Amino acid sequence: MKKDEVPQQNAKAFMGHSKLLYAVDEQGRYTPAPCNGWEAEEIVLDQAIAEYVRLASDAWRRATAGEASTLEYHMFKQRMDLVLLAQSTGFFKWRVRRDLRPGAFQKLSGRRRERYGDALGLLPSQLDILPEQP
Amino acid sequence: MNAAAATLVPFDHQQSAHCESGVISSLLRHNGLDISEPMAFGISAGLGYAYLPFLKFGGLPLFAYRMPPGWIIRGLTKRLGVEMHMQTFREPAEGTRALDRNLAAGRAVGIQTSAYWLSYFPPDMRFHFNAHNLVVYGKRDDQYLISDPVIDILVECEAGALQKARFTRGVLAPKGLLYYPSRMPAKPDLRSAARKGILFTTGMMMHVPVPIIGTRGVRLVARKIRKLDPRQEAHNKLLLGHIVRMQEEIGTGGAGFRFLYASFLQEAAVLLDKPSLGALADRLTDVGDEWRRFALHAAKMCKGRMDMDYGMLADQLMHCAAGEESIYRELRAEVK
Repeated sequence: MKKDEVPQQNAKAFMGHSKLLYAVDEQGRYTPAPCNGWEAEEIVLDQAIAEYVRLASDAWRRATAGEASTLEYHMFKQRMDLVLLAQSTGFFKWRVRRDLRPGAFQKLSGRRRERYGDALGLLPSQLDILPEQP
Repeated sequence: MNAAAATLVPFDHQQSAHCESGVISSLLRHNGLDISEPMAFGISAGLGYAYLPFLKFGGLPLFAYRMPPGWIIRGLTKRLGVEMHMQTFREPAEGTRALDRNLAAGRAVGIQTSAYWLSYFPPDMRFHFNAHNLVVYGKRDDQYLISDPVIDILVECEAGALQKARFTRGVLAPKGLLYYPSRMPAKPDLRSAARKGILFTTGMMMHVPVPIIGTRGVRLVARKIRKLDPRQEAHNKLLLGHIVRMQEEIGTGGAGFRFLYASFLQEAAVLLDKPSLGALADRLTDVGDEWRRFALHAAKMCKGRMDMDYGMLADQLMHCAAGEESIYRELRAEVK
């Protein structure tokens, strides 16, 4: 890629920052070249974030209806999934899966709540709360 | 108490394409060995390709364009004869105390963190990836002063957030890893180190006898894309988007590190006095451009700005694999 062909499409995700690429100058020599956004990256980043948003809103709806625990909403809200939440708490996957059900979640011990809160960056008491909107 | 206490180690921040090669090259420069990021990447043999279907992220397989985390620091320091002090901690508070002690002793240190909990990262760039690397060069009140190689400016992070980022659990858990060069070599042999790095990378890309590694891995992924079931378009779009993110966004300076490596080859051409490496760098640039076109086409197809065409994407990857293979073969013969 030539230096003057480095895309500068001001990606909103970069919030005014640039990332660094290496590109060739007029003499064909590689040189560091900042890039403040590129269509391809922006599309796939939006897509990945939209997927988490979709999962979180879905979980929010089910939690409001009492079909899922509020933990599931917070898991997706923090861009995690079952595997990642199990890894970051150190719990077995089957136990996390069980805690995603509303009944099991309400019976959770204080210590387990703390571990979930820790992994999700929330206070144990916040795990029960759903925001007004997903 | 001494509320305005500040420790600060003068540190030259240089933005990099990739966090690990960026941190280690700037730490070595800080300690008196002038080395560029591409050189650090090439010598450590950081380039790679692997399709790892058994490692899932958000239900999607891992596509890696480089060797695993930690490889660049270990490979570079080993080949240059730099001794590294590397320390992990069981207790988060102990990790924070050790960081403070190093700063108080006037030492800038590299640390491994999760990218998600770093408060200075733009929110849309925050994902759970545990092997981010950065340099801490000071502390002012409750804020750590940070030279993060992928960010264009110097940044700060609140102490609590940094401790959380250093002690996340799970895959590649950083365990508070803290590192710095403890002994620098008197006369590092860059020529021999570059040669060894090239031999390793070319061997790895061409001769590992499993179909998911190196250029064979690229071809395998191409065949998988060609065979995607058009009825599963929603899933296919997530998969393609994921591939493009791994290639362009997850810690890369573009085209899955191919431009970074081409830049290394240009430097190596001078270092080893082999102009032919410069020509190979140009060809790798062309292959990198093809990777970028693949990324752009795949992204546009995901967004509906282009008609979905799995065959076209597969052809592009086959083209990349063929181009890289011939480059690595000649490169290996050149330095052998």
